[in-house]
Amino acid sequence: MMNANVALRTILEAGEPVTDHRPWPRVVVTPELWNTLSEGLSGGAWSLLGLWGEVGMVHLAVYEDASETPGVASLPCPAGQFPSVGRLHPPAQRLERTIADLVGLQPVDAPDGRPWLDHGRWPVRHPLGGATARTSPPNPLSMHGEGVAKPGERFVYPFLSAEGESLHQIPVGPVHAGIIEPGHFRFTANGEAVVRLEERLGYVHKGIESLLRGATLERAARLVGRVSGDSTVAYALAFARAVEAATETTVPARAHWLRALMAELERLAHHCGDIGAICNDAAFALMHAHCAVLRERVLRASAAGFGHRLLMDCIVPGGVATDLPADGAKTLRALVDDFRQQFPPLIELYENTASLQDRTVGTGFVRPALIQQFGCGGVIGRAGGRAFDARRQPGYPPYDRLEFETPVQTDTDSDTDSDVNARVWLRIGEVEQSLALIEQILERLPPGSVRGDLNLPGRDCEGVALVEGFRGDILVWLRLAADGTVARCHPRDPSWFQWPLLEAAIENNIVADFPLCNKSFNGSYSGHDL
Amino acid sequence: MRKLLFQNLWRSPLTIPAPAPSEPALAELGARVDRAARRRLGRSLAIRQVDAGSCNGCELEIHALNNAFYDLERFGFRFVASPRHADVLLVTGPVTANMREALERTYAATPGPKWVVAVGDCGRDGGVFAGSYACVGGVAEVIPVDLHIPGCPPDPLQLLEGLLALLQVQ
Ligand code: SF4
Repeated sequence: MMNANVALRTILEAGEPVTDHRPWPRVVVTPELWNTLSEGLSGGAWSLLGLWGEVGMVHLAVYEDASETPGVASLPCPAGQFPSVGRLHPPAQRLERTIADLVGLQPVDAPDGRPWLDHGRWPVRHPLGGATARTSPPNPLSMHGEGVAKPGERFVYPFLSAEGESLHQIPVGPVHAGIIEPGHFRFTANGEAVVRLEERLGYVHKGIESLLRGATLERAARLVGRVSGDSTVAYALAFARAVEAATETTVPARAHWLRALMAELERLAHHCGDIGAICNDAAFALMHAHCAVLRERVLRASAAGFGHRLLMDCIVPGGVATDLPADGAKTLRALVDDFRQQFPPLIELYENTASLQDRTVGTGFVRPALIQQFGCGGVIGRAGGRAFDARRQPGYPPYDRLEFETPVQTDTDSDTDSDVNARVWLRIGEVEQSLALIEQILERLPPGSVRGDLNLPGRDCEGVALVEGFRGDILVWLRLAADGTVARCHPRDPSWFQWPLLEAAIENNIVADFPLCNKSFNGSYSGHDL
Repeated sequence: MRKLLFQNLWRSPLTIPAPAPSEPALAELGARVDRAARRRLGRSLAIRQVDAGSCNGCELEIHALNNAFYDLERFGFRFVASPRHADVLLVTGPVTANMREALERTYAATPGPKWVVAVGDCGRDGGVFAGSYACVGGVAEVIPVDLHIPGCPPDPLQLLEGLLALLQVQ
């Protein structure tokens, strides 16, 4: 048995390398190496990037922070099972439950045997595995075996219990009160204080991974661009980069820069909208009204520049779909000027409104250790001191040639850091960085074509990409078949490692502060449910 | 805060002029909407939005209807928190199997007379997600739909034109 302090590189060298997997190595490992990986994850040496399955095999993507090394390890599962990673490393648990639901591979000794995305309502079981017709609802007690539950019987999801005198439960959702996505929250409260929150997600599961199998690249790009509509640029970029890695395609320089331009516009729009929406949930509508106007200006400028307000389908494998029109740069510069005038007074307003600060400071605190453990990305991670930013590491062009900072909360000792207020401030910081990035890109945008042909090799090939969306790092892994269609593609949303932390953030807060905490996270339901 | 409020008093409003109701929407509604119900509901409509499996793109544009440019409330529309207060259900998404019952229950909880507007290409026929084991495919598969507003996502202006048609049919 290897010891748990082993370097990731050693494991990647010990496994059997898979050819045609780019740009990181993928190796087939033994169960023993697999367990070493789980131990390393639980020891904190590595962060979990993803865990997904396909017929007969599970894949684990990890990132070694110290050496900035990513890698993918694959374990064949001839007996339809694999040693649970979640047993040692809790962030893997929901991913494993999803593998059991979708592929039918069972994590052995998993601490939580309940189904996750499968609510017992699909006509098939294990749609990515054997896809057998459903004859009975999922059985919550024996992991996915056809057991106690009888055909036709209603499936009742067993929530975790919280017992004690004067505790009561509040069920919320899936249909919520606002214009938001569906999910269920089960609160156990003691008077006003939340003792436990348990999430139940999966309501917007659309079967995207199944739809992706056999899809042409064009259709697959549209699908991946709709995994989470608010991150459509980041997803389309991750998909395109994974395809380009797999096929060793070089993209024209101008396309790289235009992609970054779109990505920063997306970041700008959503951060700005979120800042306003968080204040709105603290009943401060003025900020919301002003931020919504700025956000609308970004969407209009995006439509003027690239033809779609949310920039859907603008990034395609090989480059970008449209170039900026002649006056595009001017429109975008005017947008930046607008922001520079109108944003600072809003920040001042946020800073100087005591009633608002009273709601955000100290609310929804998450322990930095938990953030590290979950490898949580985006502003939620950075509020807990985790600086990871996929634009820098592993990195992709043109960010290596741009000057920007990733705002991080460095002093994370007291309870008032890593709270709602910290998450607002980091968004403010990122808005400022995105503005500066947009200016630099407009200034230095290289000339030339914006789209090239793909280098389809005519045999199976695999690619992986990590891209920084406004929520955090998005992973896309894929295998292309010899005919250039998608054989398997797995997109992993940053929310996977953020949703669980919301359960921690709300503990000991009052029920009425839940909307505030939830908005400060702004997890994606659709991105998570797939 | 006072400074900001005063400044905005002097600025001209950002709000766009009211667009004309969309012709196709009028045609679709003309055939469906019960005129007696129309009279009973008057010119003020309470909307309950239901996400039945959308990618959240449609929600972003529905949200935008509330910003100062589109200012939906000036027409008498407002978003309400409960289906029990609603006249209109604004439904997005390809209706996932996991959301089907919630949508049916929301519809049942909405008092009549009521209208259902299906938003987006997904709401029409499942859009890019049509054919999946996990999607029912189109709101009309589950509850009766009075009006479709297509688009992926429809932009706020298209949404506004469609919703205004609801006020026009007499
Ligand atoms: S119509 Fe388009 S934007 Fe709307 S939910 Fe469907 S995929 Fe998303």
